[in-house]
Amino acid sequence: MSGHDSKYFSTTKKGEIPELKEELNSQYKDKRKDAVKKVIAAMTVGKDVSSLFTDVVNCMQTENLELKKLVYLYLINYAKSQPDLAILAVNTFVKDSQDPNPLIRALAVRTMGCIRVDKITEYLCDPLQRCLKDDDPYVRKTAAICVAKLYDINAELVEDRGFLEALKDLISDNNPMVVANAVAALAEIQDSSTRPIFEITSHTLSKLLTALNECTEWGQVFILDSLSRYKAADAREAENIVERVTPRLQHANCAVVLSAVKIILLQMELITSTDVVRNLCKKMAPPLVTLLSAEPEIQYVALRNINLIVQKRPTILAHEIKVFFCKYNDPIYVKMEKLEIMIKLASDRNIDQVLLEFKEYATEVDVDFVRKAVRAIGRCAIKLERAAERCISVLLELIKIKVNYVVQEAIIVIKDIFRRYPNTYESIIATLCESLDTLDEPEAKASMIWIIGEYAERIDNADELLESFLETFPEEPALVQLQLLTATGKLFLEKPTEGPQQMIQAVLNNATVETDNPDLRDRAYIYWRLLSTDPEAAKDVVLAEKPVISDDSNQLDSSLLDDLLANISTLSSVYHKPPEAFVSRVKTAPRADDEEFADTAETGYSESPSQGVDGASPSSSAGTSSNVPVKQPAAPAAPAPMPDLLGDLMGMDNSIVPVDEPTAPSGPPLPVLLPSTTGQGLQISAQLVRRDGQIFYDISFDNGTQTVLDGFMIQFNKNTFGLAAGGALQVSPLQPGTSARTLLPMVAFQNLSPGAPSSLLQVAVKNNQQPVWYFNDKIPMHAFFGEDGKMERTSFLEAWKSLPDDNEFSKEFPSSVVSSIDATVEHLAASNVFFIAKRKNSNKDVLYMSAKIPRGIPFLIELTAAVGVPGVKCAVKTPNKEMVALFFEAMESLLK
Amino acid sequence: MPVAASAIYFLNLRGDVLINRLYRDDVGGNMVDAFRMHIMQTKELGTCPVRQIGGCSFLYMRISNVYIVIVVSSNANVACAFKFVVEAVALFKSYFGGAFDEDAIRNNFVLIYELLDEIMDFGYPQNLSPEILKLYITQEGVRSPFSSKPSDKPVPNATLQVTGAVGWRREGLMYKKNEVFLDIVESVNLLMSSKGSVLRCDVTGKILMKCFLSGMPDLKLGLNDKIGLEKEAQLKSRPAKSGKTIELDDVTFHQCVNLTRFNSEKTVSFVPPDGEFELMKYRITEGVNLPFRVLPTIKELGRTRMEINVKVKSVFGAKMFALGVVVKVPVPKQTAKTSFQTTSGKAKYNASIDSLVWKIRKFPGQTEATMSAEVELISTMGEKKSWNRPPIQMEFQVPMFTASGLRVRFLKVWEKSGYNTVEWVRYITRAGSYEIRC
Repeated sequence: MSGHDSKYFSTTKKGEIPELKEELNSQYKDKRKDAVKKVIAAMTVGKDVSSLFTDVVNCMQTENLELKKLVYLYLINYAKSQPDLAILAVNTFVKDSQDPNPLIRALAVRTMGCIRVDKITEYLCDPLQRCLKDDDPYVRKTAAICVAKLYDINAELVEDRGFLEALKDLISDNNPMVVANAVAALAEIQDSSTRPIFEITSHTLSKLLTALNECTEWGQVFILDSLSRYKAADAREAENIVERVTPRLQHANCAVVLSAVKIILLQMELITSTDVVRNLCKKMAPPLVTLLSAEPEIQYVALRNINLIVQKRPTILAHEIKVFFCKYNDPIYVKMEKLEIMIKLASDRNIDQVLLEFKEYATEVDVDFVRKAVRAIGRCAIKLERAAERCISVLLELIKIKVNYVVQEAIIVIKDIFRRYPNTYESIIATLCESLDTLDEPEAKASMIWIIGEYAERIDNADELLESFLETFPEEPALVQLQLLTATGKLFLEKPTEGPQQMIQAVLNNATVETDNPDLRDRAYIYWRLLSTDPEAAKDVVLAEKPVISDDSNQLDSSLLDDLLANISTLSSVYHKPPEAFVSRVKTAPRADDEEFADTAETGYSESPSQGVDGASPSSSAGTSSNVPVKQPAAPAAPAPMPDLLGDLMGMDNSIVPVDEPTAPSGPPLPVLLPSTTGQGLQISAQLVRRDGQIFYDISFDNGTQTVLDGFMIQFNKNTFGLAAGGALQVSPLQPGTSARTLLPMVAFQNLSPGAPSSLLQVAVKNNQQPVWYFNDKIPMHAFFGEDGKMERTSFLEAWKSLPDDNEFSKEFPSSVVSSIDATVEHLAASNVFFIAKRKNSNKDVLYMSAKIPRGIPFLIELTAAVGVPGVKCAVKTPNKEMVALFFEAMESLLK
Repeated sequence: MPVAASAIYFLNLRGDVLINRLYRDDVGGNMVDAFRMHIMQTKELGTCPVRQIGGCSFLYMRISNVYIVIVVSSNANVACAFKFVVEAVALFKSYFGGAFDEDAIRNNFVLIYELLDEIMDFGYPQNLSPEILKLYITQEGVRSPFSSKPSDKPVPNATLQVTGAVGWRREGLMYKKNEVFLDIVESVNLLMSSKGSVLRCDVTGKILMKCFLSGMPDLKLGLNDKIGLEKEAQLKSRPAKSGKTIELDDVTFHQCVNLTRFNSEKTVSFVPPDGEFELMKYRITEGVNLPFRVLPTIKELGRTRMEINVKVKSVFGAKMFALGVVVKVPVPKQTAKTSFQTTSGKAKYNASIDSLVWKIRKFPGQTEATMSAEVELISTMGEKKSWNRPPIQMEFQVPMFTASGLRVRFLKVWEKSGYNTVEWVRYITRAGSYEIRC
């Protein structure tokens, strides 16, 4: 028989909240309890029931423990949003903390510690003080953890009230669970403090080792983990610790085992006796292997850790390679990790068996796994010289199966084998060449071309083979183009006959004239220069002997490895990254993000041409100025007089604006590009903006010098969009202490820069009094989004389908938030990103939009986001792949 | 830092939150949306159980139709976190009598909230022993744990027991008849090559115990393992008895077993929890008796026909028999027609798992059975990639047989009242992952 709580979820009538309110205030106990259950059910499914706060808290004073716990749970969730009302609960908490029932005393402190409201925290201190000295160990163990909670809220308070000392006293408690929790709390406090708070002395060490035998499995983990920070004084002490910890290897709890392994490995560093070390290695192997019969997720954690352990001490599992053979039904993540460890454990002794396994895996279904298996064979060949020949014969067998991705992967690893053992296995090249036509992956193609070029001398028809690739040279990816260039170069140097000469000529021509890839162009120029001036030198360079590569299967460097081994069983050991690399001490504050979004949305609106009106009304301008994002403190303080039509309006309005509000900005603050410290007092702020289908450079000058500045001129360097000034810069002489702001019309496609697209805009500004100032700006691509970017549904669909899949790109904007679909659509439309359709995909909304930049390049956009949740996924299809990076930059800034 | 979780979520397969509990303030309340968006709704699901998104790490497991997701933002102890989930699920199962799924969670959400509050504090796992928690966390609507037990009232010193040195057994138990049931359950894992050589073979065994004992008994278990016997002989200074001994590769014990004592004396001594629990697990790789041999021959005749012949031999004692024997022989997806001949049992083609399934209800020892099948395939054009043959898989149970040869030599019970105990021992061997490549 089981519970029937599901009925509490089923009340979704219209007047739910008032109804609940009534029930919560019912005179009948049972009805009140049911009502609280309904509230909790509503809270679970994500409804906002915070408005019932007072009514729920009124149910708190009850004899019924179950009801009390539910109310407490409600408080934990909502106290933060109702801090003023939370104070209502304090009396009951304090009373409960003195209840004769230890379960209630503990419950009260435990819950109070979870409520992060200052007023509650103040009242927590006295009950906590009492509970730390309670007669009942259950209350003490709860109070111990509560000190850590309080430290997280208010560290000073913990130190002032002497809780740290009380906590340290608990290490000597006679109850092992109290000891364990006190240790956990102290370790956590130490983690967030720079001062030494919890240092393990030899005295505490022996206490902890004793407690280890008695406390619960989790307590053992807490104690073992904090012992892992202890540095033994000498080998004898290390041996002593290890001896006391070793029995834990037999524990059924994987966390206890891994934490014990961690300590043993750390202490082994100090132990000098090789017998002891050998013995320990022998003892650690079986428990590690046993972890592989746990749940797959635990196996994964174990395998990631074993990966580290075998790098440090390969002997531990040297004879256990069989346990890492993959089972057919292992999840893919377990298989991949097992494979990695098999490579590490492969040796001359077991390689035959290992190769049979790899070969078996190479015929499985999962493509990623198959590729990794093929690559594993190659890595073994590189690692084990004596086995290389056998590895190659297995690879050749696999190539003969003619499964496309197996062949390509095999060719990639064979290239590495050739580099490792030059002039040894060239006899197989003929076999490789048979698969030439099937290669369609850049890496495989590049590898094959490298092989042909490297051994051009020995391959009779090398020129024919290369020629077949040359036909498609302009369409190839950069990786393949570079290899083709080098290979043709090699061929020509080895066989300087007519055919190769024509080939190299064609390639050099193509690579220097018709490409916009700077790497390729530069390499081609170098070869060209070398070949035309000194062919001998070219030989020395292009055909130089290459250094022999080595096995990369023990990749981690030793200091990182030691760092990771000290973190066995933690996330760090799973990611193979030191904790600093992924843990940020900064707390996440999603609410702040929301506000930020609201800010930018508002400033986004005021960017529209109606800003003059904004400035005119004092109330709304005050609103805008208070909403200016704090993160841009560099905003110019003085408003710039606006030229043109707006200027008149402003001038007129300025006279009515009260004198105490002269700083109301005339528009959104512009980013400062030339700070006054660099500009000898002149500060320049500017931004590209789009107004009524025209691009302007919105630029503002701030004269902080002692003299009048006049004769301003501006020039733009060549850039991707060929932006140039569409007229003269019109700035009237600038008095000291004043500023001027102007909109400079811009024209595009005037001075285009070659090369890969970039958002860099280099600007030079001069005036009659100062030297020329150079500064860099960024071109926001959305300034180019045209008003003609709107597409019909049908043409969008057609365009989407007509573009090949490799024209699709996607990117995550982890910090962007969509707080409302309509607002986002409107906001984007203001920047000429047009809404086409939307659909709902479970809890996420998918928006389809379009935009167009000049020269008719469309962007077909798919935005995926859940309302109110950080993280927007942006996918885009466009015929012009090179613009995609800039496009994402623009979208990200629009969605900020 | 041994923190295991900042928040825990129970989600159904659609991603709806069934239960959530925030333990720490360092993760946002809506992180589960990130999980839904970046893991559940992408191809990532199932590719890796530990993922980092933004500043948070997500550790997740699927149990029946529920995802349990742990969110952390610090360098948490992952092993601890996963083990906590496993143990918590076991605890819930013990509370609501068996199933753990979406319905069970909805039906018991109040209880689960209460338990979640109790078993983890600020991200640190506390006592998860069902036996002890049931002393003071009880709910109407759930299976009443004490209805059949002598003392029905909540024990006043529950708190001492939660934190006590014997944190898994309550005091004051009384039974009229003192009984202990021991089940030795072994899973044989085998990977055999198509040529019949054993690539990998091991036995993972566990000893399950059901105790109905009064008071605070001390138990001692003796097995026929080599090291234990040698140590015993050494302590009693007499030569070890001859007879079959086995070598355990590794053993792990329930937290009730005194590990220090095991380490020094090699004896398994413990104060058992009341009721059912898993006393120990062990692993053996040497000297495994395989209960079955499988000899497959598969011939591909052209592109549209296959002949499959599988012979299964039982190699355990003639007086014993295996139950529920199932042999699954994979066939290509484009199988159209099958026909069978079997010497015993029934065979049929199961299209949903692309296998021929041959079932034999009862399989006596020292006998053999064969199945021959003809398979016709739909010819497909341009099928370049040859069929990758997944291994043949086998399921079975052999009662009163241990693949390892492990035997219980004795189980001694001491209690200060000096009562007599009745002990029952059963053995059973099952197929773990029993795979034969073909």
